[in-house]
Amino acid sequence: MTDWLTPEEWQAVALSLRVSLVATLFSLPLGIFVAYALARWRFPGHGLLNGLVHLPLVLPPVVTGYLLLLTFGRTGWIGGFLDGWFGLVFAFRWTGAALAAAIMAFPLMVRAIRLTIEAVDPKLEAAASTLGASRPWVFATITLPLILPGILAGSVLAFAKAMGEFGATITFVSSIPGQTQTMPSAIYALLQVPGGEAAVGRLVVIAVVIAMGALLLSEWIGRMVARRVGGA
Amino acid sequence: MSLAVSLKHRFGTFRLDVDFEAPAGVTALYGRSGSGKTTMVNAVAGLLKPDAGIVSVDGVTLTDINAGLFVPPHKRRIGYVFQEPRLFPHLSVRSNLIYGARFAGLQDEREFDRIVGLLGIGTLLDRRPSKLSGGEKSRVALGRAILSKPRLLLMDEPLAALDEARKAEILPYFERLRDETGLPILYVSHSPAEVARLATTVVLVEDGRVAAIGAAAEVFSDPGAAHALGLREAGAVLTARIEAQEADGLTRLSTSAGPLLLPAVNGPPGTMVRVRLLAQDVMLATDKPSGISALNVLPARVRDIREGEGPGALVRLEAGDEIILARITRRSASALDLAPGRSVHAILKAVSIARESVGEI
Repeated sequence: MTDWLTPEEWQAVALSLRVSLVATLFSLPLGIFVAYALARWRFPGHGLLNGLVHLPLVLPPVVTGYLLLLTFGRTGWIGGFLDGWFGLVFAFRWTGAALAAAIMAFPLMVRAIRLTIEAVDPKLEAAASTLGASRPWVFATITLPLILPGILAGSVLAFAKAMGEFGATITFVSSIPGQTQTMPSAIYALLQVPGGEAAVGRLVVIAVVIAMGALLLSEWIGRMVARRVGGA
Repeated sequence: MSLAVSLKHRFGTFRLDVDFEAPAGVTALYGRSGSGKTTMVNAVAGLLKPDAGIVSVDGVTLTDINAGLFVPPHKRRIGYVFQEPRLFPHLSVRSNLIYGARFAGLQDEREFDRIVGLLGIGTLLDRRPSKLSGGEKSRVALGRAILSKPRLLLMDEPLAALDEARKAEILPYFERLRDETGLPILYVSHSPAEVARLATTVVLVEDGRVAAIGAAAEVFSDPGAAHALGLREAGAVLTARIEAQEADGLTRLSTSAGPLLLPAVNGPPGTMVRVRLLAQDVMLATDKPSGISALNVLPARVRDIREGEGPGALVRLEAGDEIILARITRRSASALDLAPGRSVHAILKAVSIARESVGEI
């Protein structure tokens, strides 16, 4: 496989996979929590939280990337704090690419999960509580299994979005080969040099294969879940 | 078991203000739709926090709003069978049944087998709820609530969603449950037939208030409760013993009011049954009638007469140890010169039958 990809191209593919995977897995618990809060709780600031979550969907990605640079850059107020206390740096690192991808993909993830939470009948949860289950237990044994298809769909969507994220990433962490050059950045860079068409072609094929693979996988798992739940 | 409930709650224009105590056995909350029955049961279960009030079961206080006490539902040990079965779709029947058992402490294999046998759901254990019929779902929901080892079982019209055939399939299981587990039950219903068949105590609810409370036979034959019951539903509940099955399909029963002949009542001689006599199905005659098609004529004595606003009157009769209620017109009452103490003959046109175990009442 490495024979027909140059080390640089291979690096970009591996980095994109790692960035997308980390972005999806780390944002999933927060995504489930926010989706649950938006679906089930009424609290002051409900509309504000909803707007904030969806903001990356409607803002120009360049703006999101610039805002990230302001807040999570080394001199930004969150970035400076994380660097000083935990030695965690986002700007111009692959972790920054993961952060940008996670934030851009977050609205898609939350929407998918929220829809399935709203479809779960609260009466089932009330029934579980009369049987002796505490609220965390009800969530773990009733709600979570029933929203599994939504969690799955949300994760696949988020992963695909993260694989394709370009604007916010390149603004926030630039496109340093081997460091922050993800697949879309690599394709863009290759298009800027003469004779890069062959490499672009190879990367495009890989992008399509990964996207198709993710879709098929999620469909297959979705069918398994549906069979387990019994289509009730 | 004793259940003490005192609740005040309002939402919108509806106001609930009830106060009652119920002894052991099956207590029926009976009333029209919208009279506040489900609100009461939800407050007992802890699914609804009332504006004010107290709920205590067996001396254990679960809600006391003034004292700031409100035990959450999962710590109440009160089983709840809802109007819909509410089975967990992602779990098998077996997993549904044992869902509550793990919170009740040790799982008891023998108790599981006993309840499964009692409800006749042994062949369904590995199925998904979506593969069950309506009646089967109801039985599984009932078993799930019982196996959580509650100290009180709430049932909110558990048969309402079922057709008549399914109801007839489930009712015997409820009766077996009542008789074999001794579990105290608070049963919500707007079906007088179900209540007459199952209940030890009836709490009559009307517009968010308790209109009457007492033994089923008393409440159903109380002319004062007739309005809340609905005039068509007022009537007596007699205790009868099956004497013989006759060759022509009739069953001969004995009551303290006299013998009765009814169409096919199932059960061997000696079985005790409840017989519900609707007031509108009872005719009165001052002389013993002859040449009449009705098979059942019981001698009785007028206890009192209550005249309503319309043309009707409710006549309460004493027959043996039983009370019988007859609904006739005021015109007939004066034409027959009915008055307390007067001897009459009660002629029974039709009856609905509720079977009941030996030894109760």
